[in-house]
Amino acid sequence: MAESRFVYVTFIRTTPAKLWKALLDPEFTRQYWVETWQDCEWKPGASWKLMIPDGRVADSGKVLEIEPERKLVLSWRNEFKPEMREDGYSRLTYELEQQGESVKLTLIHESDQPKSKLIDAVSNGWPHILASLKSLLETGESLVETRTWPKGM
Amino acid sequence: MGKVFKALADPGRRLLLDRLHAENGQTLGQLCGHFDMTRQAVTKHLKLLEDANLVVTLWRGREKLHYLNPVPIHEIAERWIGKFERGRLRVLAELKQQLEGENDG
Repeated sequence: MAESRFVYVTFIRTTPAKLWKALLDPEFTRQYWVETWQDCEWKPGASWKLMIPDGRVADSGKVLEIEPERKLVLSWRNEFKPEMREDGYSRLTYELEQQGESVKLTLIHESDQPKSKLIDAVSNGWPHILASLKSLLETGESLVETRTWPKGM
Repeated sequence: MGKVFKALADPGRRLLLDRLHAENGQTLGQLCGHFDMTRQAVTKHLKLLEDANLVVTLWRGREKLHYLNPVPIHEIAERWIGKFERGRLRVLAELKQQLEGENDG
C-alpha cells in the first residue's frame, strides 16, 4: 500500500445535529478530546487549528469541504512534534449518516506518505477519543482518561 | 453484538481479519491471494464481516479497499474487561505467547 490510512466506523445513539455539534464545539471537544479545542470559522477554505490548553497549536490546516451534519474534510499537519510535522499535510474526513436510531460516524485519517508517523500516532489516539465521544453523547459522561491533556506532552 | 460473535465464529473469517491486521487496506484480489478459498467464498465472508462492522470498505480511485475496524472488538473488551485487569492480562498474555509461541487457534 502506497499511502497510510486509518479508518474507524462507530454507531452512536444520537442525532446528526448533536454529533455535529460535539465534533466542532469547544465546550464538547474539551470533555472528550484531551482538553483541546478547535479554532476555526467552519466554512470552506477557513484555516483550522487544534489548540492545546496551554495555548500551543497541536495541528493546523484548512477546511477542504464542509456540509453541516453530513461531512467535514480538513487538511491536517502536526505542528508541535518535528518528526511528525515532516510528514506534511494529511487529510481527515468525518462522515455522518443517520441509521435507525443511531448515527453512523466514519472517520478516515489519511496521508500520501507511505509510512506516515502522524497516521501511526493518530491511529493510537483516535480510538480512545472516539470511544469517549460516544460515551459522552450516550451517557452524558466522557471517559476519564480523555478529560485532560497528558502531562509533559 | 450477536452479529460480531457470529462473524468471529468462523476460522476463515478470523484469518481474513488476521490478514487485514497484518496489512490494512487490501483489495479483494490481494486478500484472495492468501487463501485457498474461491473468490466467491472470500466475498461472502467479507460481506458477513462488513455486516458486523468488523470490516469497512472504502473506494479509492477504482480500487475497493478493505479495512479492519477495531470498534466492535473494543466494545467487547470494554464490556467485560475491567480497567484494573488490563495490565495483568497483558502480562499473562505475553507470558503465554513466549511459552507457547504464536498460536491463533
